[in-house]
Amino acid sequence: MTDTKRQKVGILAAGLAPNRRRLMAMGLGAGALVWSGPRLGWLVQAEASTPPAKPTGQIIIGLSQEPTVFHPLRLHIEVDEGVYFNLFSALWRVDPQGNFLPDLAAEIPTLANGGISEDGLQWRVKLRDNVKWHDGTPFTADDVKFNLDLINNPKFAAGRRAGHELVKDIKVVSPTEITWRMEHAYAPYPSILSWTFLVPKHLLEKASDPNNTPEFLAHPVGTGAFTWVERVPGDHIALAAYSGYHGGGPYVERLIFKYVPDLTVLYTQFQTGEIDYIGIQGITPDHYAEAKTLKDRVVTPVPQPFVENIAFNTGLPVFKDRAVREALYYALDKKSIIEQIYYGLPSPIESFLPPQSWAFNPNLPKHEFNLEKAKQLLTDAGWVPGSDGVRAKDGVRLEFTNSTTAGNHVREQAQQLLQQNWQEIGAKMNISNLPPAVMWGDYWMKSKFESAMVGIDFMVGPDPDATDYFSSRSIGAKGNSGQNTTQYDNPEVDALLQQGASTVDVEKRKVAYQKMQEFTRRDLPYLPIFQYTMVQGVKGKLEGFAPNVNVQENCWNANTWYWAT
Amino acid sequence: MARYLLVRILQSLVLLVLVSLIGFAVLHLAPGGPLAQFALIPGMSQADIARIAAQMGLDRPLPIQYWEWFSRLLIGDWGHSYRDSQPVLAVISAHLPATLELMISALFIAVVLGVWIGVMGAVRRYSVFDSLATIGAMIALSIPTFWFGLVVIYLFSVKLGWLPAGSRFTIGDGSFLDYVHHLIGPALVLALVEVAIWSRYMRASMLDAISQDYIRTAQAKGLPRRIVLLRHALRNALLPMITLAGLELPTLLGGALVTETVFTWPGMGRLFLDSLSYRDYPVVMGLLTFSALLVLFGNLLADLCCALADPRIRLT
Repeated sequence: MTDTKRQKVGILAAGLAPNRRRLMAMGLGAGALVWSGPRLGWLVQAEASTPPAKPTGQIIIGLSQEPTVFHPLRLHIEVDEGVYFNLFSALWRVDPQGNFLPDLAAEIPTLANGGISEDGLQWRVKLRDNVKWHDGTPFTADDVKFNLDLINNPKFAAGRRAGHELVKDIKVVSPTEITWRMEHAYAPYPSILSWTFLVPKHLLEKASDPNNTPEFLAHPVGTGAFTWVERVPGDHIALAAYSGYHGGGPYVERLIFKYVPDLTVLYTQFQTGEIDYIGIQGITPDHYAEAKTLKDRVVTPVPQPFVENIAFNTGLPVFKDRAVREALYYALDKKSIIEQIYYGLPSPIESFLPPQSWAFNPNLPKHEFNLEKAKQLLTDAGWVPGSDGVRAKDGVRLEFTNSTTAGNHVREQAQQLLQQNWQEIGAKMNISNLPPAVMWGDYWMKSKFESAMVGIDFMVGPDPDATDYFSSRSIGAKGNSGQNTTQYDNPEVDALLQQGASTVDVEKRKVAYQKMQEFTRRDLPYLPIFQYTMVQGVKGKLEGFAPNVNVQENCWNANTWYWAT
Repeated sequence: MARYLLVRILQSLVLLVLVSLIGFAVLHLAPGGPLAQFALIPGMSQADIARIAAQMGLDRPLPIQYWEWFSRLLIGDWGHSYRDSQPVLAVISAHLPATLELMISALFIAVVLGVWIGVMGAVRRYSVFDSLATIGAMIALSIPTFWFGLVVIYLFSVKLGWLPAGSRFTIGDGSFLDYVHHLIGPALVLALVEVAIWSRYMRASMLDAISQDYIRTAQAKGLPRRIVLLRHALRNALLPMITLAGLELPTLLGGALVTETVFTWPGMGRLFLDSLSYRDYPVVMGLLTFSALLVLFGNLLADLCCALADPRIRLT
């Protein structure tokens, strides 16, 4: 791999250009200098090589967590979805720009094509007629109905039910057409369907207990670009090219998901070439500088939907006052956190949405690191320093704990930096970190924390609906279901969220969400620090991967990957 | 003898129940649970989590949960993993071969080398060899396995390219030589500590045997030194090693937590760590019961073997 290419990828990563695939389609990506041996010297070689005529070779994807759940409708974690994207299909998928691309559906139902009615209640989905399950059985509208019914079956331990519960009166019109009625209009539903991978009716309908399908779990059958081969527990999962795939590709014979639990070892195996691609967590920031110098490897920082925040429990007296939250934001040295602790990789952010989202508001006030202003704000609001330097107001001391996952050394460093920053303005922060199973259990969900350092993807897939995190009706501590753990309560935000979720008109939704971001920036229930960047590592000759901020993992388009010759 | 066996087995059963009870309590008393990891997954609502907890039976009182687990165990049902829904015994047996392969090879190296170093050290007490072996054993015992494993990978995989950087075999290859090639690194790292342990025990035991009266008698009778050492001293010195081997049995099947993690070895140690971090209660409980069984069985076996090897020991 030449330096030319590495630089180009670097520019792309900085977000200055569209994604690599589109760039290539525009013809800008062609041509790179290639050392072709001592006699020929440097030659310009067409880089956008074409995929092979028949599937060739294998790709080993390294993961630091192990995929274990192979029924996509059951409770699972992100890492399992990398397998789903390649073994199963959804009605449609999302591209990096946030557009839906038909997958099992023949077209995306919209207001324009009559797929969704004006009021958002009547849905009509047309399906492809050329899709076959891996065992040869044709895929039909009955399968779609079976899946929607299964998710809503009270006996079935479905992973996510949000959105699907609204689907009523499902009617199979023909093998390629299905209709249903929504209980009320719910704009994020197309996004939810984009990650609802469908399972075969003919293999699962006979199970008396929908949770007990050992045959299917051990040998899952889907409609994706790859078929199941085997799983060696604790080691790897092997998939093979499906010749009857209805979409593009696949171009490799085998796709292997290899489990390497330790991140340092994962990186080492990428270095020695045992792994072709580092998925999900990517290369740790401390290895970034070294990874860039590796021969024949393309190392790219890729923006992610996750935003790193300080979450305040606004139910506590100390955080009730907006002036406190604002002052703490002024006293937060974002630049040092990003540059000194995160090796300058992530980008600062003011919103809970990533800039790649269509609803992102680019006009929010920019954060300023200003200790004087912070002190002034606190003094004006009546918080005066006590004898030990810690400010207090009406008997409430400006002292609180900050918690995050114990053992995350990078975050611990950031906490120490914050502790110093905030001490300077008379706020005392105590660090109290907990193991993950404790931290993100009731401690977080029921708002028992004081302040927390947390990375969250607030979106529903590509959809900006964040009702679960910001609506006053989503406060878990008040007995509601939802993840509004900061106990943020703003009637105007509630109204905007309601407005955004109940219309399917994208322009109207955009207005609502942009306005809402102004409120969250002003009220600061979360202090947004930065948008996460993952350092993706790929072998030089592996082509076709594209980062996608709208999905939780990065094997979403592995059906188009291939080895350049 | 039969009576002795019966009593021992009954004692073991009582111990097993106690171990599982304590294990279950400690596991559930630790805050957090199997569902906490799902809290931050985008699109998961609190209602979903509460519903799943009820479906998994995690909201019931602990004694009831324990009784259910235990009564099923009695009829041979070890339960199903929360992670991949496979039967616990199937999960355990899927990880056993990797661990057996690694531990047997490491232990083989350790026993052969350890016994030899121990005997040589005892015979030539305070010689240069003995001092070097002692210092070496101390160093080997104090080097953290994690660090040593990474050094081996860095040196032999990254820098020299002689050994693969972990894994049990190359996916798509899997020939015998490929397995052996992958085994060298982790087996050596693991053997290093084991050699140290075995050589120290062997040296102490051999020294003890050499100073016995019957050795002096044998030497006085004019028997060759070799015969005296190998036939008289070594045989007696090996007796405590049987007990040591019995105690090693659970380690042998329990796997090596650190080495397996560093070398991406899909064995029992990794299974234990993973199940613990995912709070996969059925698998953790299964592993706990399994290793408790091994400890009890290993001890019993060692006692029986000692009695067989040494007629002076009577089991009553």
